[in-house]
Amino acid sequence: MDKQSVIRIANAQGFWGDSALGPRQILAEEQIDYITFDYLAEVSMSILQKQRMQNPDMGYAQDFVNMIKKVMPVCKERGIKIVANAAGVNATACLNNTKNALKELGLFGTKIAIVEGDDILGQLDQLIKNGQELKNMESGKALKSVLQKVTSANVYIGARPIVEALNKGADIVITGRVSDPSLTLAPLVYEFKWSMDDYDRLAAGTIMGHLLECGTQATGGNYTDWKKVSGFANMGFPIVEAQAGGSFVLTKVKNTGGLVTIATATSQLLYEISDPENYLGPDCIADFTSIQLTQEGENRVAFSNIKGKPPTSNYKVSISYEKGYKILSTLCVSGPDAIEKANLMYNMVFARLSMHGIDIPEQDRFLEIFGTNVLYKGLVPTNPQPHEVLVRIGAKGPDAKSLNVLGSEIAPLITSGPPGITGFAGGRARAKAIVGYWPALIEKTKVNTTVWVEEI
Amino acid sequence: MAIVKLQQLAIARSGDKGNISNIGIMARSRTIYLYLCEALTAEVVKAYFKEVAFGTVTRYMLPNLNAFNFVLEDSLGGGGTETLITDAQGKVYGAGLLHLKMDIPSELLDVAYMTES
Repeated sequence: MDKQSVIRIANAQGFWGDSALGPRQILAEEQIDYITFDYLAEVSMSILQKQRMQNPDMGYAQDFVNMIKKVMPVCKERGIKIVANAAGVNATACLNNTKNALKELGLFGTKIAIVEGDDILGQLDQLIKNGQELKNMESGKALKSVLQKVTSANVYIGARPIVEALNKGADIVITGRVSDPSLTLAPLVYEFKWSMDDYDRLAAGTIMGHLLECGTQATGGNYTDWKKVSGFANMGFPIVEAQAGGSFVLTKVKNTGGLVTIATATSQLLYEISDPENYLGPDCIADFTSIQLTQEGENRVAFSNIKGKPPTSNYKVSISYEKGYKILSTLCVSGPDAIEKANLMYNMVFARLSMHGIDIPEQDRFLEIFGTNVLYKGLVPTNPQPHEVLVRIGAKGPDAKSLNVLGSEIAPLITSGPPGITGFAGGRARAKAIVGYWPALIEKTKVNTTVWVEEI
Repeated sequence: MAIVKLQQLAIARSGDKGNISNIGIMARSRTIYLYLCEALTAEVVKAYFKEVAFGTVTRYMLPNLNAFNFVLEDSLGGGGTETLITDAQGKVYGAGLLHLKMDIPSELLDVAYMTES
């Protein structure tokens, strides 16, 4: 492969909370052009909105600023650009803190771009008034029914504004909610000057992004034949080597653990894709049934022949809303008769709640007896007499106070229940707010994105 | 005929989208893929997950990858953020499906993966 015509993109964070060893490993071992950091899962925006309500300087992925401090001196020296969806719901705070970090490092001349426009929380009333029903894609209900309880609403925007940021000379592009593959697609559109109606290439870039977005899940992590994988402690983060025509190679950071084969690559290709012929993205529809794979070398899988189609006229929106509360407590129970004891404990707790004047309807009560095929419910035979089980007792309801009483009736089971109960640690469980997830669609013409660039 | 677990014939990766789980299955060879096209139908998967999956099960085919994607609606106790169940994101449904016992033609035994983990 002609080195000059290849763009190398690495992913250093597959999710918020991924190992901080990722960026370190990549910079120590590899020559690359771009690093992507993917922080946002479906519920992240709601958590970030809550943080921001409590503290106006929060509401973004703070890990990112720490990471920037570590990686930016090297990135600046080598001309490596960074694309991260770290802004969450507070681009201003993210920008200011990133700027401060760069100033402390003396990295003057660095350009940071912020992409905004994904956060439509403040526009929901107007949007509904203008005919955007924001129907739940699963239930079909209009958003109006829960509007007062909405805590976040973010559009999965595409690659365009990131490309614009790169065109303006940004070294670091920080976005809020964008579709995860856009973090990878945008640098390719920028570097190779791909047209936004060249759907085969856009689909190739989208699939590269899909492979990278979960980090080491593409390089041997979470793989069925895990015994064929070596070096788990230093799992190599994924890299794509892209060519202008849209063909590419998936590999991993050299001198690391993990495995890149057709099987590990396919495992990630198949991850959460719904209809593989119509993988919907903001900039194109990618067809996973067109991909041709070849094992090109050790830990190198080549991808070719990827086909794409024009995108729909809608963006996906991720909305979260308050949906009451939940509480969960755990205890360990030894045998004999561990399952029988666990059922008694469950009945005791809810009977005692009734004595407190709190009646929780049957459908809101929760019991899982771990050790009885909780994970493989109904799929494999159950041991009728396990020597030990983990009991998970919980409930849902509209009122946190009532649920907290459940938390207070767990420890007393040890002295007043059957024998052999242990493992009560960490104090009483407390009720937590349930974040309801509301996926919806919005017409693209109703969403305006903006890009601003600041130089340190 | 011989009874094997699906794990000997395929690998899996699973995850969620709200209250819907996605199970990707890749056959270990073309021959096995062609067999699974007949034997691992949406109906078989729906029946296997009957205690947890209450909605429609759809099978998508990826012949280029010798693979399938199964989409199981209403199968995560209300979904990732709402439910109290341990595997709220269906992360282990893939591994669960690999426990499915299949009565395969004896000639397929030659290509099945016999070092079961």
